[in-house]
Amino acid sequence: MRLKCPLCGDRDAREFHYRGAAKLMERPEAGAGEAAFYDYVYLRENPVGANSELWFHELGCRAWLCVSRDVSSHEILSVELADAVKRGQA
Amino acid sequence: MSRLAKGGLIARDRPVRFRFDGRELTGFEGDTLASALLAHDVRLVGRSFKYHRPRGILCAGSEEPNALVKIGEGGASTPNIRATTQEIYQGLIAHSQNRFPSLRFDLMAVNDLMAPFFSAGFYYKTFMWPAAFWERFYEPMIRRAAGLGALSGAPDLARYDKGFAYCDLLIIGAGPAGLMAALAAGRAGLDVLVADEDFEAGGRLNSETLELDGAPARDWLTTTLAELSSMENVRLMTRTTVTGAYDGGIYGAVERVSHHLGDAPDAVPLEVFWRITARRVILASGAIERPIAFADNDRPGIMMASAVRSYVNRFAVAPGRDVSIFTNNDEGLRTARDLVAAGIGVVAVIDTRADVAADDEFLHLRGAEVIATKGRLGLREITVRASEQTRGQTRGQIQRIKTDCLVVSGGWNPSVHLSCHLGARPVWREDIAAFIAARGAVPGMVVAGAACGEMSAGAALGSGLAAAKTVMAALGGKVARLRAPKAGEEGVKISAFWHVRGGKGRAWLDFSNDVTVKDVALAHRENFRSVEHMKRYTTLGMAPDQGKLANMGALAVMADLTGRSVPETGTTTFRPPYTPVSMGVLGAHGRGVDFAPVRRVPSHELARELGAEMVEAGLWMRPAWYPRAGESHWRQSCDREALMVRQRVGISDVTSLGKIDVQGPDAAVFLDRVYANMISTLKVGRVRYAVMLREDGMVLDDGTVARFGARHFVVTTTTAAAGEVLRHLDFCAQVLWPDLDVMFTSVTEQWAQFAVAGPKSRELMSALCDAEITDEAFAFMGCGEVRLGSLVARLFRISFSGERAYEIAVPAEYGDGLVRLLDQEAARLGGGWYGMEALNVLRLEKGYVTHAELDGRVTADDVGLGAMVSAKKDCVGKVMSQREGLVCAERLQLVGLKPAGASKQLLGGAHLFNLGDEPVRQNDQGHITSQCFSPHLGHPIAQAMVLRGRSRIGETVRMVDHLREVQTLCEICSPVFIDPDGGRLRG
Ligand SMILES: [Zn+2]
Repeated sequence: MRLKCPLCGDRDAREFHYRGAAKLMERPEAGAGEAAFYDYVYLRENPVGANSELWFHELGCRAWLCVSRDVSSHEILSVELADAVKRGQA
Repeated sequence: MSRLAKGGLIARDRPVRFRFDGRELTGFEGDTLASALLAHDVRLVGRSFKYHRPRGILCAGSEEPNALVKIGEGGASTPNIRATTQEIYQGLIAHSQNRFPSLRFDLMAVNDLMAPFFSAGFYYKTFMWPAAFWERFYEPMIRRAAGLGALSGAPDLARYDKGFAYCDLLIIGAGPAGLMAALAAGRAGLDVLVADEDFEAGGRLNSETLELDGAPARDWLTTTLAELSSMENVRLMTRTTVTGAYDGGIYGAVERVSHHLGDAPDAVPLEVFWRITARRVILASGAIERPIAFADNDRPGIMMASAVRSYVNRFAVAPGRDVSIFTNNDEGLRTARDLVAAGIGVVAVIDTRADVAADDEFLHLRGAEVIATKGRLGLREITVRASEQTRGQTRGQIQRIKTDCLVVSGGWNPSVHLSCHLGARPVWREDIAAFIAARGAVPGMVVAGAACGEMSAGAALGSGLAAAKTVMAALGGKVARLRAPKAGEEGVKISAFWHVRGGKGRAWLDFSNDVTVKDVALAHRENFRSVEHMKRYTTLGMAPDQGKLANMGALAVMADLTGRSVPETGTTTFRPPYTPVSMGVLGAHGRGVDFAPVRRVPSHELARELGAEMVEAGLWMRPAWYPRAGESHWRQSCDREALMVRQRVGISDVTSLGKIDVQGPDAAVFLDRVYANMISTLKVGRVRYAVMLREDGMVLDDGTVARFGARHFVVTTTTAAAGEVLRHLDFCAQVLWPDLDVMFTSVTEQWAQFAVAGPKSRELMSALCDAEITDEAFAFMGCGEVRLGSLVARLFRISFSGERAYEIAVPAEYGDGLVRLLDQEAARLGGGWYGMEALNVLRLEKGYVTHAELDGRVTADDVGLGAMVSAKKDCVGKVMSQREGLVCAERLQLVGLKPAGASKQLLGGAHLFNLGDEPVRQNDQGHITSQCFSPHLGHPIAQAMVLRGRSRIGETVRMVDHLREVQTLCEICSPVFIDPDGGRLRG
């Protein structure tokens, strides 16, 4: 599998570390309570088709990436820098 | 000799001498081992897997199920090489396999007589009882009797390598379709890689008597190959099998670089495993001819028709003198004509088709079937049943035919394997009675030629050109005006025919694994009716050839039995690799010094000079202990080193601990959020012990945070977690809080860092540095810069031993210099180096934790660090660390243990039980995480995680190690065994 890092271009999947669902970007506020954190830490959608994920270009530019991947075909639909997405610039 | 007087692609002026089972033989350059053996009338080349049936050469390619041999001797030998793909070279040594004592007389052939006991599923039935017999008797017996070639048992001397290739277009197969596509794409300027498993490109153009544009096909082939090799953008890789298709246009391929060289230079690998990344792929893998199942169809001398044409036309070898042919399609007559043209006698063509036009040139028996064969070590005779139409009734007429070679053609199976590796199923085509690759089966892959059912040379050439145009359209290029040459050849007409009914002997489907039509029928009777069940019950298709010849026949038999059609019956799953791949090439460079990179600490050289034993810590090599004269056991060195630190001074290399430099206006805020304790209140010039949590509330790592400026911190991590912590910080900075203005980078390799510990450590540091190191300037947990001449170093007053201690860091290039200075100064004070073992003893005596305790399942409170989680701010993991169940008393808590009875042994990983309780899981009270002998206290000590441990100080528990069968009574105590008030630490 290959991922197109916005900074490094088309790279082999072995350069990347897979973290999990992109939901991890939305950390609750400190006062949101245990239930909100429980949901954030443990509960995940299990979609067929496109899934938003976080990947880390650990053996490259060390950018955290927001990747949309079709989990049934492994097709990579989009790759964006996570910090740009978080800042609403993507 | 059965070498034909003329013809073929062998170099008759270059004879090659080789040995087979000790016999000296001669072939020619261009021969495979199989063709060279056939040229010497060697027909018996192996014994079958289960029944040890005599077997000969069946095919001429990588699908060969029978002719597996061992090449070479000793550690340089490779078993299970197909004689049909192995090129001969001067001095080649080959041995037949799976026979005892000899190929012609094999004692294990008694299995053949026992066949009724070895039918499908026999493993499951015969050897069920008694259970103890399995390991002692049945399994060794089966392993001895059944099998392929044996490994030498010696280390593999071969060199293997890995390769990475990138191209616009990967073409798999250099037959007519593949070469035509390569020509078109190459002329259009694409970066093209063509891979073919043969050592000659050309596919069937090399083995058929075809004409293209009115001239021999070889002419077109020669011209085309010359043009392709002149193109810089086209790379032709022969001896290269594409073994698997993977996501994202990645293909695995094995190149056999020097299997065909007797004297390859040392630097040349035996094989290379290629990872090819291609934007587009044309699968032009051709087709494999399939056999027909009939009684005793496995005798040496029975061969596939395409293989026979290959041996006659390409290798100039006559496979027999009186050849008979059994066919259900036009390939039978084609083969007969090629044989006659080469001067070889054809005694009969047995055609299952009753309605086909008679060919008067041969004895052409139509509507006929081979029902029996004779000749144990080589075919002598066949029995044919020809049907005769009289007054609307069909009558069988039996006749015997003397023949030494029976050629079989059951039609063609397109090689769809690679198109199915991502999960697609092939689709059925009734007109050729075969499965072809489905359209769009693999993203970016176009199928051409016989692989998609274009069975004639002309159609294959045309489809190769069309495939190249499809690829060019997708990649945005243009194909130059190009025409595929015209071929006279017609498509093959076939009438599906899979197996002869009612023969007497066993009709073999899977030659590799010895599976018969009867075995499939038995599986069906016993209700293993899905093809996947049938496959596993009979083991059909599970041999090294992966059922390339067998699967279709078995499907057809199963379809017959269930009353379904072949496509309804379905295929089994195609999985990589296409052909067997050696473990050696998959693991290339994965052994010995190449297994993993090595990280060496700055004191590595001196440690070696001092004879230190090294220990691996991740990729790091760290000195474990430094033996001195008279010390023969590691404990002697370790005890001495630990006492040396407590009494005088010791130095230790701590460079491998992770160091991260954190800077920026928001650095303090950032560290407050990632560490559980408060960092922002830390004063410049001070160090704080800090704990980092995972978001689920468990401890991720611990370390120190030193503040060198308002916006500048240096944090340390444990050696083991350095990578994970940096990744976590990157996550927090980029994904959670990109608005914080903070930058950080790992500086682990940039600083050489050493711990100097013991009562005399201040004296040592003062001698080392330009100015005296005072307690005013460097109080406990202070940090700052010091000068060593022109060199500026960082000094930290931190301790992992419980003694007054310092850590000094210098830029890495000065590491070795500082190491030698430290060594001299320590020696002057009666001190010296201490390694990882003593370091562990010192930290256990003082009650400090490592990742043996912080194993990912503990909270800060569990290890006695609960007070460090600041109440005044949020941090990663804080909310979840306060969950019910994590804050209750019913948790394992860190305590110390010391022996309280006669046995003094404390063992890491051993479990603890209340006195009087049975030592079973249900009564578990906890476990020992670390232990050592404390030379300071004179007895073993341990850290343990014990249920409600902190409230049980003084209690006695029983340690039980079921594995090592040790029991010890222990007293639960504080994990701090020395200096609980910290007097030594503060000085
Ligand atoms: Zn990158």
